[in-house]
Amino acid sequence: MRTWAKRVALALGLVAVMAGCGGPHAVVLNPAGPVGRIELNLMDVAAVAMAAVILFVLVLATLAVVRFRDRKGNKAPYTPNVEGHKVLEVLWFIIPALILTIIGIPTVQDTYALAKVPAKHPLVIDVTSLDWKWLFEYPGQKVATVNQLVMPAGQPVLFKITSDAPMNTFWIPQLGGMEYAMPGRVLPLWLESYKPGAYWGHSGQFSGREFEKMFFSVKAVTPTAFSAWAANLRKTAPAMTVADYHRLLQFTTVGHLSYSSYPAFTFPSVTHGFTLKGGMYLLMHNNPVHD
Amino acid sequence: MSSRALDDKAQKLQLAELPPEFQDQEESIKITGFWLFIVTDVLIFASLFATYAVFVNRIASGPTPAQVFQLNTALIETLILLTSSFTIGIAIWAMRQNRQRMVLAWLALTAALGMAFVSIELVEFAGDVAVGWGWHTSAFLSSFFLLVAAHGTHVTMGIIWAVALLFQLRKRGLTTVTRRKLYTFSLYWHFLDIMWVFIFTVVYLGGRLI
Amino acid sequence: MPALPSFVPYLIHTLFPPWVRRPTEIGAEVMMVAGGAFIVYWLLKYKKLQWLWNEWLTTVDHKKIGIMYLVAAIIMLARGGLDALMLRTNLALPTAHFIGASEYNEVFTTHGTIMVFFMGMPLIFALFNVVVPLQIGSRDVAFPRLNAISFWLFAFAAALFNLSFVVGGSPNAGWTAYPPLTELAFNHTVGENYYFISLLMTGIGTTITGINFLVTILRMRAPGMTLMKMPLFTWATLNTSALILFAFPPFTIALLESLLDRLAATSFFTLSHGGMPMMYVNLFWLFGHPEVYILVLPAFGVFSEVVATFSRKKLFGYPSMVLSMTAIMVLAYGTWVHHFFTMGAGPAVNVFFGLSTMLIAIPTGVKVFNWILTMWGGRVQFTTPMLYFLAMIPTFVIGGATGVMLGAVPADYQFHNSYFVIAHFHEVLIGGTVFGLLAGVYYWWPKMFGYKLNDRQGKWAFWLFAGGFWPTFIPQYWLGLEGMTRRMYTYPLGMGWHTLNVISTIGGFIMGAGFLVLAANVLYSRRHQEKDLTGDAWDGRTLEWSIPSPAPEYNFAVIPTVDERDWWWQEKERRRQGEKPVVVKPEEIRPIAIPKNTPVPILLGAAFFMGAFGLVFSWWDIALAGLVAVFSILIYSWFQYDHYRILSAGEVRESEELLGRLGA
Ligand code: HEM
Ligand SMILES: [Cu+2]
Ligand SMILES: [Cu+2]
Repeated sequence: MRTWAKRVALALGLVAVMAGCGGPHAVVLNPAGPVGRIELNLMDVAAVAMAAVILFVLVLATLAVVRFRDRKGNKAPYTPNVEGHKVLEVLWFIIPALILTIIGIPTVQDTYALAKVPAKHPLVIDVTSLDWKWLFEYPGQKVATVNQLVMPAGQPVLFKITSDAPMNTFWIPQLGGMEYAMPGRVLPLWLESYKPGAYWGHSGQFSGREFEKMFFSVKAVTPTAFSAWAANLRKTAPAMTVADYHRLLQFTTVGHLSYSSYPAFTFPSVTHGFTLKGGMYLLMHNNPVHD
Repeated sequence: MSSRALDDKAQKLQLAELPPEFQDQEESIKITGFWLFIVTDVLIFASLFATYAVFVNRIASGPTPAQVFQLNTALIETLILLTSSFTIGIAIWAMRQNRQRMVLAWLALTAALGMAFVSIELVEFAGDVAVGWGWHTSAFLSSFFLLVAAHGTHVTMGIIWAVALLFQLRKRGLTTVTRRKLYTFSLYWHFLDIMWVFIFTVVYLGGRLI
Repeated sequence: MPALPSFVPYLIHTLFPPWVRRPTEIGAEVMMVAGGAFIVYWLLKYKKLQWLWNEWLTTVDHKKIGIMYLVAAIIMLARGGLDALMLRTNLALPTAHFIGASEYNEVFTTHGTIMVFFMGMPLIFALFNVVVPLQIGSRDVAFPRLNAISFWLFAFAAALFNLSFVVGGSPNAGWTAYPPLTELAFNHTVGENYYFISLLMTGIGTTITGINFLVTILRMRAPGMTLMKMPLFTWATLNTSALILFAFPPFTIALLESLLDRLAATSFFTLSHGGMPMMYVNLFWLFGHPEVYILVLPAFGVFSEVVATFSRKKLFGYPSMVLSMTAIMVLAYGTWVHHFFTMGAGPAVNVFFGLSTMLIAIPTGVKVFNWILTMWGGRVQFTTPMLYFLAMIPTFVIGGATGVMLGAVPADYQFHNSYFVIAHFHEVLIGGTVFGLLAGVYYWWPKMFGYKLNDRQGKWAFWLFAGGFWPTFIPQYWLGLEGMTRRMYTYPLGMGWHTLNVISTIGGFIMGAGFLVLAANVLYSRRHQEKDLTGDAWDGRTLEWSIPSPAPEYNFAVIPTVDERDWWWQEKERRRQGEKPVVVKPEEIRPIAIPKNTPVPILLGAAFFMGAFGLVFSWWDIALAGLVAVFSILIYSWFQYDHYRILSAGEVRESEELLGRLGA
């Protein structure tokens, strides 16, 4: 008995501690866009259903242990030869199946709901993970940035994600879930920010020595501000040359950078999903890296 | 081996009496184990086939399957290996008839056919490499060479096994143990044959169609 | 290799590059050398070399092999635990640099790899070896020499993997080793070679073990023991072995292709030449998901034995336990994509694998309910193994529940590769596997060594270990929700992650203390615990408790006919009622064939080690020498015939007499 009391008290204490200090930072629980919102709702459904299961199991286990502990004078019935109970054993299969259906149905719905970007001509941003930095290219605006993402708020944005280096994942926790950045493939992910705001993003897939530096800043601004920002970049920022891109391919970390334009080859079109970008290839063969 | 079998074995060994091949439970358990080994090996090949199937179109700047494969040699290889399946079958038949010299002869022939197969394969590989089609060239060639070389390596091991078996059979004759060894060898050899038929169909014939 | 004059500097530069000359590495080197020297000194001083060779290194006895697995697993638990504490120390505070980025990356890689392959797997095999033949009434496993070969392949692979820390450099791409990060272009030290080669080596051993136990269980059970009368640990072993059989081949190929990319310039998973990293990911998880069930099913088996024994009651729902376990085994092959929902497979595929993941929770839930109902109507005794069982329930159930949440595809887009996942899999791996295996070790310790581990100390270790577990891992769920991704060597200020990380680190050290008490428990009990003369230390239910502890080398003087579940429990009942004599009848004893010791397995392991070491450094001559050695040993042993020695009926009778087992 005491063992269980102790454990419950400990767990409760922990929950209190967590709630106390973690609240405002729990980005996943404070979604700022529809994708994160849908995902959070599903998490909630799953969490509640699972909490019910956990509670039931723990109560049942506690009862069993308390009632049938091996103490002198324990009056509970002792039935060492019971082999099972057909009905209960079948119920064990059915009840969890029902509970899982509760989670399963919204899972299917949400998966399909999130699969397609809900706009005919969404704004597209091409995302490339490099060692160890993020390159954002805006084909509609013809500009490019490094480690800082600027996007219009209030509308879905389609990210086309690839890598010219080892794998990463592109993740802005406050807007929604992640998607892999893989060399040789382009994966789509759409996100939306309800309102203008500032967020941060990071990679979830380990990509080598400076993986920790794969943070990037995210700014959602009004569509007009977005156009103005791009127009301004086109005027003030330098153009990205092939040499610049090759410099980005080096195994380095950099701060925030902006470019007024970028060479076409740096992002493979989706129809050539399997072609190489070329940059990394040159680097690999002419410039073997050392620690 | 089961404890009963161990008991029996102990008594039999003490009596220095050796029963025929399939009645000995220890040997029969070994055959079960060998079957399970074949299962894992089938899965090894399945994984190699899966890699090949995924990579067959990823030729980068290298040759296409149709450019690489020479159906004639592959056909000759197939015939050789099928024949060797037949010869090992005869060896097993002879074993059942207790005709040791016949077993030796057909086993030796099987090994020789295996060597012919491996030699042809090596020549074919050397030809590819000579025109610059190594397994470095493309993902397709990597998966092709690995699949076929994995089979070739298996055959090579089979040849070593067969030669070692020849020595044992000559030295010890057809005992329970050597019978079991020959029998498992034949299982292995048939398995390699079947794998080759798959390779021939999927890789060589399939490559013609692409 | 270059010409002789430049040879020595070349050797030093290759074997001891700068990244193995950091303080932790040098510390480890000193520890290894000192530890090795001490062992050699001890062996020489007490003239134990001969004993070591005859009794242990050349043994093919499943019980001794099991004990060697156990020793290796405990050493590896210490290494993996030290790694864990290094990681946790680095993460305790933001922007901390107790160990740097490169070193952190190596340490989390070795931690994960060692815990899964060199701690978890051998601990499972320890229990398989010690328990299964005894539980089914067999004199050994089906292939005793192959069994020893499996062990030595594992042991030398583990040695090779650990060597990487001080010679040449450790792998640093995670226990999953995704390309292209593992490709030469991005990873030019020999670390990943160590990873691929040592896992290939131990993988061969593991596959052989799987075959061995499948055949043992299928063909060597005592008369009367049908499949549905087998103890559940044996069922778990059967299912685990089947999983091994089917899971390891794709892994072998994934490792081989990665290795060829590195050593032989193939283009499987490269960036260039049409290579496709995604293929590796599929092959890896085709193995990887079954692997987590390989790790947890044996623990399920242990729990089923422990809960029945210490509730003094039959296991509740035996048929549904068998059914659910087999269902898990089959379903385990249909869920692998849940490890990469976020790799763009499309909604149909993701939904399929999301639902299959939820499906597998059902049989798992069935097991938990049946365990609880086993206690219902029983008499629950709080022994150390039972405490681990009880601690498993909340831990494993929460871990499993969060696993279901991970299966809800869109939710996983947020959880993937975050600390939420770290918390989830540590809850099932520690709360399920490690608690289960520790319960098994405490439970079968008297069967292995003839005395129980001290219960008081065992409970101390338990409370520290299981108590430290909660503060270590529960906060990590929350860290995941705060956006902290796994494998970060440090994190900036201002993310709000520090408090929970401090708690987690403190918890980690409490668990470390628990391990130390456990080690002390083992050392103390060796000297101070009472001998168990009954062979039935816990008033057990299954066959293994019917023979003396430790079991004699032939296990059973006479193999009983086992025609019911919990045979020993029923037999004891019959004996109490005087229906049967208590003892072995001398006239039933017959001569027994015992497999002879052989040096072949350890030599084979050493030959593999040599070849593997050559491969790691691309020293082809050494690699070739290793290959030749392997084949020579194989052929040599293949020509050996005389594998058994005979224990005459008289010798067996004498031994049983000494053990006090003979009736008139
Ligand atoms: C004392 C107990 C343990 C502590 C404190 C601990 C801590 C950690 C930490 C800090 C990480 C690295 C997280 C990261 O940087 O991403 C980690 C990863 C991991 N741990 Fe543990 N761990 C413990 C026990 C175990 C056990 C018993 C197992 C397995 C049976 C295990 C399996 C793993 C695996 C597979 C990884 C992933 C490695 C990777 O990302 O490649 N751990 N653990
Ligand atoms: Cu090249
Ligand atoms: Cu999984």
